[in-house]
Amino acid sequence: MTSVEQPADVRLESVVKRFDDVVAVDGISVEIPRGSFFALLGPSGCGKTTTLRMIGGFEEPTEGRIFLGDRDVVGLPPYKRDVNTVFQSYALFPHMTIEENVAFGLERRGVPKGERHGRVAEMLELVGLGGFGKRKPRQLSGGQQQRVALARALVNQPRVLLLDEPLGALDLKLRKQMQLELKRIQHEVGLTFVHVTHDQEEAMTMADRIAVMNRGRIEQLGPPQELYERPATAFVAGFLGVSNLLPGTVEGPDAIRLESGELVRADVGGRTGRVAAGVRPEKITLGPGGGENELTGTVSESAYIGVATQIVVRTPAGVVQVFAQNVGTGGHMPTPGTAVTLTWAPEATFVVDRNGASAGDDSEEEDT
Amino acid sequence: MSATTAGPAVVTSRLGTGARVWRFVKRHTLTAYAALAFAYLMLPIAVVILFSFNDPLGRFNYVWQGFTLDNWRNWDGVLGLREAVTTSLEIAALSTVVATALGTLMAMAIVRHHFRGRGTANVLVFLPLATPEIVLGASLLSLFITAQVATGFWTIFVAHVMFIVSFVVVTVKARLVGFDRHLEEAAMDLGADELTTFRKITLPLLAPAILAGALLGFAISIDDFVITYFVAGPTQTFPLFVWGAARVAVPPQVNVIASAIFLIAVTIAVVNVIIASLRAGRRQQGA
Repeated sequence: MTSVEQPADVRLESVVKRFDDVVAVDGISVEIPRGSFFALLGPSGCGKTTTLRMIGGFEEPTEGRIFLGDRDVVGLPPYKRDVNTVFQSYALFPHMTIEENVAFGLERRGVPKGERHGRVAEMLELVGLGGFGKRKPRQLSGGQQQRVALARALVNQPRVLLLDEPLGALDLKLRKQMQLELKRIQHEVGLTFVHVTHDQEEAMTMADRIAVMNRGRIEQLGPPQELYERPATAFVAGFLGVSNLLPGTVEGPDAIRLESGELVRADVGGRTGRVAAGVRPEKITLGPGGGENELTGTVSESAYIGVATQIVVRTPAGVVQVFAQNVGTGGHMPTPGTAVTLTWAPEATFVVDRNGASAGDDSEEEDT
Repeated sequence: MSATTAGPAVVTSRLGTGARVWRFVKRHTLTAYAALAFAYLMLPIAVVILFSFNDPLGRFNYVWQGFTLDNWRNWDGVLGLREAVTTSLEIAALSTVVATALGTLMAMAIVRHHFRGRGTANVLVFLPLATPEIVLGASLLSLFITAQVATGFWTIFVAHVMFIVSFVVVTVKARLVGFDRHLEEAAMDLGADELTTFRKITLPLLAPAILAGALLGFAISIDDFVITYFVAGPTQTFPLFVWGAARVAVPPQVNVIASAIFLIAVTIAVVNVIIASLRAGRRQQGA
């Protein structure tokens, strides 16, 4: 899709994975450039974890090929692949100390004891756990265990680091902190990270490139801004952040006639027929002056949430959500029942096909 | 505790004697009950140990005559006792080792692999635990007779392997069901092949269950009478020896062996508790 600056570290070619009758991954082709932080984002059961497990060697694809660098690794067991995984459950060996856990991979590769010791200590330092080496995993908190899992994988300096929902078990505050930490570590070690998550915010915070997956396929692949500003499908629009999707029909290269009759200006990108015009809630202005596109309606709810006020407006085209930034003082809140005009710019409008598929806003735990 | 009793103590002094007695009874009933239950369990063992120091006049060691250490000094002073104990230990050790290896592998197969007859195997493995020993012993004997196998040491061994396997499978299976497969995946991810993964991860984590199954099996093998009686042929194990001896005479050396087995078991248990509490202490210091 976008041009690849670096040679691909991981390359999937039409990879399919079927479990009996269930198609978990339905023909994925993707190139992950060296040194990038790549996220596979999607709801439960979209095939993202299965994809990761196929790269790691824990599942074999039913069809297709997987390359690490130039090497086709299909059929190779995990211990012959130059990748390491951070598991969702951390999978720290409970009968070993932290040091022994981190040294496990080096030991397998026959790294001499002295060097092993130094590298383990260095890596524990990097994840902020210097001095914890003699403890057992169960003596550490969830966040600390997570760092050990990370250190245990990173110390081997793999070609690619695979992260399977690594922050899923942490509480919100710790998760935010670890997101930045992971990003820092990735920067420091310069490895390719492939990160599986169902949390769109997490993916946007950390990843350079995101592949949004749905039903075993990649819906859209690109940098976070592109996915957010220009979602290609209704699913992506709904999965990443909040979207207002207004059903209509293409009337020209830059015009959509809504079902309620209004004309909305937007670049339709060559689409024809039944589409939906989309706009993010924060890009809508309450009152005139926001842009060429305009809808009128009545406020049905408004909620003050500090940094912004969230307003729900009923219009003939459908229910529209608006986030009004509380830039000024006083925080004016339109009362329910007030008639309002909503305006926004054509550039802030994206167009998606109307194919029925749409995303739930949030998803639960990922199944493996 | 002291802080909470300070309040009610004042109230008690104002109560009548009847109420105070009632309070006392309520507070100590459970203790008394526990002490009685403990005594009920321990008394027979205490008698066995006590009579191992008896100096009986006749052939029967039923009446206390006087204290002596002779029985412990000449623990094998009775004809055939030493051989019987040795045979018992040999059979228990050998059959436990074989049955533990077999049982561990069977448990792994049953829990982790889907194969034809998995459900049946699961039930059949449990069967020796549910079948009365007398039935097992009789059927084994008729099997050996039909197959024209001479009964003796090896038929006892086979019979003991059969029932120890069940104990091992049951305990190891329970551990395997809660086993996080990601641990093994993580090991392979870090460069360990299948064998190394089994050696470094699977086996150490299953070890407590395997050990529990093995110890249980060993104890039951040493102790088994009914099945062994059927398939022993001319071979004497310790329980068979005691049974045979009891009909003509019970030498105090039988008590000596029994006491020794009990003391060894208790020692192992106590050492285990001490090690566990030492570890727990160290963990708390570390944390």
